[in-house]
Amino acid sequence: MEFFEDWPQYFEVVINWSDRLMAGLWTTIQLTLFGGLLAFVVAVTLGLLAGSPHRWMRIPARILIEFFRGISLVVLLFWLMFVLPQIWMRNPDLPFRDLVYNTFLLGVIALGVNYGAYGAEAVRASLTTVPSGQWEATTALSMSWPHKMRRIIFPQAWALMLPSLANLWVHLLKGSAIAYIMPFVSDFTAELNQLRRPTDIWFSHAFIGLIVYFLLALILTIFMQALEARAKHKLGRGPSLKEILSPAPKAVVPEGSGVKIADSEQEAAGAGSAPAKPEGGVR
Amino acid sequence: MPTPTDAAGSEPGAAASSAPTPVIEFVDVEKSFGNNVVLKDLNFQVARGERVTLIGPSGSGKTTILRLVMTLEELTGGYIYIDGQPLTHHKRDGKRVPVSKKEQKRLRTRIGMVFQQFNLFPNMTVLENIIEAPIHVLGRSKKDAIAKAHSLLEQVGLPEKADSHPSSLSGGQQQRVAIARALAMDPEILLLDEVTSALDPEVVDDVLNILREVADTTNVTMLIVTHEMGFARDVSHKVMMFDGGHVVEEGPPDKIFTNPEQERTRKFLSAVLGH
Repeated sequence: MEFFEDWPQYFEVVINWSDRLMAGLWTTIQLTLFGGLLAFVVAVTLGLLAGSPHRWMRIPARILIEFFRGISLVVLLFWLMFVLPQIWMRNPDLPFRDLVYNTFLLGVIALGVNYGAYGAEAVRASLTTVPSGQWEATTALSMSWPHKMRRIIFPQAWALMLPSLANLWVHLLKGSAIAYIMPFVSDFTAELNQLRRPTDIWFSHAFIGLIVYFLLALILTIFMQALEARAKHKLGRGPSLKEILSPAPKAVVPEGSGVKIADSEQEAAGAGSAPAKPEGGVR
Repeated sequence: MPTPTDAAGSEPGAAASSAPTPVIEFVDVEKSFGNNVVLKDLNFQVARGERVTLIGPSGSGKTTILRLVMTLEELTGGYIYIDGQPLTHHKRDGKRVPVSKKEQKRLRTRIGMVFQQFNLFPNMTVLENIIEAPIHVLGRSKKDAIAKAHSLLEQVGLPEKADSHPSSLSGGQQQRVAIARALAMDPEILLLDEVTSALDPEVVDDVLNILREVADTTNVTMLIVTHEMGFARDVSHKVMMFDGGHVVEEGPPDKIFTNPEQERTRKFLSAVLGH
């Protein structure tokens, strides 16, 4: 196998470079975590506003969502990294100079608003799938909007929005690779570009890059699946996390095992078991 | 059909004559959905402690009336007064002016509702369902709320289900919890919207018996929409027959069920009872 001839040496290079690679990996992880956190905040905020019955809340939210969803991440990064600092270069006395020159922070912001705009749609759509009867019950109990949202509506929508958010987070992880265009930020992809020189592109990108990004995405996915299982269990659907993780065979019981007495008819009418009745909107 | 008893009629009309301010008053109420007028020029009063049942064919606007009182629907014309105070709009210089949200909320806390589909919160246990609003809306202490919840669960015959999740309960049990949840707010007015329509026939009586007991032991004003004519006859002081958004006929249950004046009422009752 001529192709793999040099690979034993390449692995030695990797070991020698491990400090740099780990630093890059850590940067990628930080971009993914902080970018994901910001994206989540943006998604929930814009998602709630976009689902509001008030036009003065809904329309600005829609404009922001469409704008940040529509522009490419590379273009957004380019503007933040290279165009925005021009203003401060010409006017050195302007405040927030340090922030504008902090490329890592700008990278987090770019990832956060871009993926947050996608997430906002997932949040808004999930909120509309909470049955209208739930909204009516909160009104009948005179709950305030923040109260009903925090305690009743959002927890039910949460289980529904998690798969979409998990998807977006994995996208964000891979999107963070574009950070290699950012000055002063060396993420994992930037380090792979360096690794390519003593090795070759097959080894650095197609092999090391593939495995590391795949493993990172796998970790994110498993974490989000655990969150989803927990959220479903809290709604009385599906086994608890403990049951899923326990090696005993009872962990493999199908979804809905939490239902003790329900017959099918009652379940159809039941409050807890109407997961996605597409009725009503966000009121 | 359960045999009607004459437990009702013990004090029909008594409340109406002694209470000057009606607890619910509809004045020229109009409700339309788009071009579809559901209620028009509707006027009626409910006295404190009175139990009024609305009967009539589906689509006659009965449920809409309850939903208007609960502010689940927007009133498109006229006025609704709760205890003499405007619920959604008041009249100023001949114009309809919306009341403040705060005022509306204050009035609304006196009103409770039980739904056809129970609408328990699936993300909470039975106990949490019951104590959530008393603690966070009425500001009661957690200890008091829990004590009250347990006694209500006792009353509806589910003392052992406090820590269960709604999804593990049968339909009848869920509805009993929903009744307890509504009562935990100490409502002055209780709205019952076809509370047995989604239930298995066998458990309907369990739920109705609980409501009979509530009617017997409390002075809560009830506005009831039901197809259970036996229950309507047992608990109500007054029955109102609706059709096409109008009151066709109203009167004490004994009269409406045995000797209605209107042909429309007679036809409806024979259709509902006559099998």
